[in-house]
Amino acid sequence: MAEAPLLELRGITKRFPGVLANDDVSFDLRPGEVHALLGENGAGKSTLMNILYGLYTPDEGEILLRGTPIDLGSTKAAIEHGIGMVHQHFMLIPVMTVAENIVLATEPRRAGVLLDYDVATKRVRELSSRFGLIVDPNARVDRITVGQQQRVEILKALYRGAEILILDEPTAVLSPQEAQELFEIIRALKDQGKSIIFISHKLNEVLEVADRITTLRRGVVVDTVPAAGATEEGLARMMVGRDVLLRVDKTPAHPEGPLLEIEHLTVLDDRGLASVKDVSFEVCAHEILGIAGVDGNGQSELIDAIAGLRRVASGRIMLAGADITDATPRAALDAGLGHIPEDRHRRGLVLPFSLTENLALHGYRSKPDSHYGFLSLRRMVGHASRLLREFDVRGGTPSTPASALSGGNQQKVVLAREIDGDPRLLIAAQPTRGLDVGAIEFVHRRLVEQRDEGRAVLLVSLELEEILSLSDRILVIYEGRIVAEFDPTASEEEIGLAMTGGRKDEAA
Amino acid sequence: MSDELLEEGFEAPPEGGIPSPQRNLASRLRGIRAALGPVATTIIAFLVAGLVVLATRHNPLRVYQAIFNGTGLNWFFHFGSYSIRVPFGTSHVWFWWNTGSVAAQNLQQTLLLTTPIILTGLALAFAFRCGMFNIGGQGQYLVGSYFAIWIGSSFAHMNPLLHVVLAVVGAGLAGGVYAGIAGLLKATVGAHEVIVIMLNWIAVWVGSYLFGQQGPLQNSSQKSIPISNDVVEGAKLPVIWGIKELQGLSVGIFIALGALIVYWIVINRTTLGFEVRAVGFNAEAARYSGISVARNYILAMAIAGTFAGLGGAADILGWEYRVGTGDIQVSQVGFIGLAAALLGRNTAVGIGAGALLFGGLINGTSGRQLDPSIFQPELAGNLTTIIQGLVVLFVGLNLGGIGVWWSRRRRRA
Repeated sequence: MAEAPLLELRGITKRFPGVLANDDVSFDLRPGEVHALLGENGAGKSTLMNILYGLYTPDEGEILLRGTPIDLGSTKAAIEHGIGMVHQHFMLIPVMTVAENIVLATEPRRAGVLLDYDVATKRVRELSSRFGLIVDPNARVDRITVGQQQRVEILKALYRGAEILILDEPTAVLSPQEAQELFEIIRALKDQGKSIIFISHKLNEVLEVADRITTLRRGVVVDTVPAAGATEEGLARMMVGRDVLLRVDKTPAHPEGPLLEIEHLTVLDDRGLASVKDVSFEVCAHEILGIAGVDGNGQSELIDAIAGLRRVASGRIMLAGADITDATPRAALDAGLGHIPEDRHRRGLVLPFSLTENLALHGYRSKPDSHYGFLSLRRMVGHASRLLREFDVRGGTPSTPASALSGGNQQKVVLAREIDGDPRLLIAAQPTRGLDVGAIEFVHRRLVEQRDEGRAVLLVSLELEEILSLSDRILVIYEGRIVAEFDPTASEEEIGLAMTGGRKDEAA
Repeated sequence: MSDELLEEGFEAPPEGGIPSPQRNLASRLRGIRAALGPVATTIIAFLVAGLVVLATRHNPLRVYQAIFNGTGLNWFFHFGSYSIRVPFGTSHVWFWWNTGSVAAQNLQQTLLLTTPIILTGLALAFAFRCGMFNIGGQGQYLVGSYFAIWIGSSFAHMNPLLHVVLAVVGAGLAGGVYAGIAGLLKATVGAHEVIVIMLNWIAVWVGSYLFGQQGPLQNSSQKSIPISNDVVEGAKLPVIWGIKELQGLSVGIFIALGALIVYWIVINRTTLGFEVRAVGFNAEAARYSGISVARNYILAMAIAGTFAGLGGAADILGWEYRVGTGDIQVSQVGFIGLAAALLGRNTAVGIGAGALLFGGLINGTSGRQLDPSIFQPELAGNLTTIIQGLVVLFVGLNLGGIGVWWSRRRRRA
């Protein structure tokens, strides 16, 4: 394995106002290898890769390609040196076809100005069959699945002659099956001699796909280790800097009477199409019910209907014995709902508000937060200080705006507010999205705690692993219907299959 | 900018927070820094306008000096030993300033002009805090002034105190209802609140009809002139400084100052203000928290319109006492209030200061105040408009933001 590195980053340092994003980082990539870059959110992974892709200029350090120093002043320079990047958020034009997107900016032309679409299609076909990236060149990008869009992004990079591919958190948007398919593609690319940098904060993926793993923590390289022989526990310790409990520690559930009862619920989406179809289930006290599913299968509409944020087309919702079908959001809260929303920036927090104000967002109308319509600021601040301490929110005082906190601490604020409302039912929608290992552990522990205190917890998550480790019972939602029920001993494969519409032979 | 940079950049504050004495200092510094932007904006606007003056071959410094003297703000610098009459009494007490000087009269004018600018500024600000851009302050002001005229020129034998209160309250409510229409449309059918610009024109032309020849509220004795009846004595706001016949300062200024205080308290210290701000910053999060977004849209617009309506009352009952169709068509005060609120960043103190700036400018450049040998008053009026325009432009450009961008760029290079 003592091959000469294809690409080498030496002593890269990058400062932003007030932060050292990369501190003397060295990293190398061998030809035909998959090298994973592992680290928590904010560890400096994306900064390092943006430097490599010519988006940022490093303050110190040099980049060597095949032993010669290169200057990556722009994205264009990076592409010319054979470096391609697939961003977490795709950079595709939705209304154009796959082929058009791939050849964009370097189109084959006819008579100098016209796009030679036939040549474009042909080249894309060649490329996709060579690397096993199957996708229809004539399909419009907004009509294909997310997994296919990602293939288009990879093809785009390959079309531009990439020898080195940077994949930034590529599995974040994929279902477990799609992720497996992506790993196949990565292996195929590797066999064809491409070198790949795989950015992730998911330990199992990194172990599965990488040859070597470099861990970053707070802008510093902790270590580079071969994937063979590395363990999840060891990598987590490197990432976080302490021992992390990866498995959720919980006792078996003792479910009692149902707190949330949903009967034949149908809900329409914004376009007026049924996205929740005749769904019935219940969640009991002392129970965590997990709903697994690929994004966009009706989870959001289901939660919105329970929380009074979306009208119900038909069916009934009962919370702790009270009918809250088509209740106002206020009435749902008053009936005993706690709701950790899936998007904390859009819903969970008013970002310019102080932490005090955010923590009072549900309770501001009643004593002790206010009297006769006037806010009792001192009581609000006192209340907030207590919650910030209790939930170990760091990096802010009661007067700090919510926007100034890191994602994990923001989520703790949401959690504190919702749990402090003493709900009967707690809805946790993707409660750990975008959080790092340490914060995930905290959120998980709190959710189990809520269950043990006798609340009903409805967990909706796209992370199958999270569903499996937290839930006492698992429902799978697919195209708006509950298609299967599992207990937590079920295997990831079984559930994953149900998430994509049942057995393979049935789906065809 | 990448998400990662944002997350990393903001994780900088040390854990456990900053100790309290430093925090007090920090928050005070933050207040000063917040004021820097508007002050810099104003200074740059004056500098650019100075270039315009220079282009007309006048000395900008002398022109500005003359404008300043015209505002009457120089009154504060002329100390001496004078006496004033105790309000509502006959005895006199010693006073630092000369309340009867020419500068004092100029200052009364400036404050008279400042009053409706504060109130229409608040009309923008209150709606803005709820996430709406109320450019209908002008129309709401006009509707308020129509009701002030109508109530003030009717009921000639009413108890004066009752009459003036009725006229003021009626004008405020009228402005509130008029703006509430826009709030209602936004809340129910999702119409953008900018439709108030059409309500502005409706107000102008309804006024032109009401007070025009043969209009229902046209002057009952002078049938050939398109003006209203005069406000009866009992409905006029008491003049507290200066001479009534020379447009002395009425208690209207206290309506405006009171409104600033009410605005601050409602926004910062009440559950209503909490809801309004939550909706303004993030309507979706407010809805999720059980706050009725529709109710707040309607209420915030209505309160905003009430402020503007009070502005109409302060002008009509305070010194104009009548209104002509010509005045209605050229009136701009709602838009000046808008500029004042933008400059003052929708804070109570900022709106007060911005309104004083524009009120002073209008008065200082008016033909009556400005020495024609230094700058032609006809041009000076345009100078005011230029400065106003520049202020709005620079506020829109967000000079503070440019500063941040520049320092980041330098650090990155």
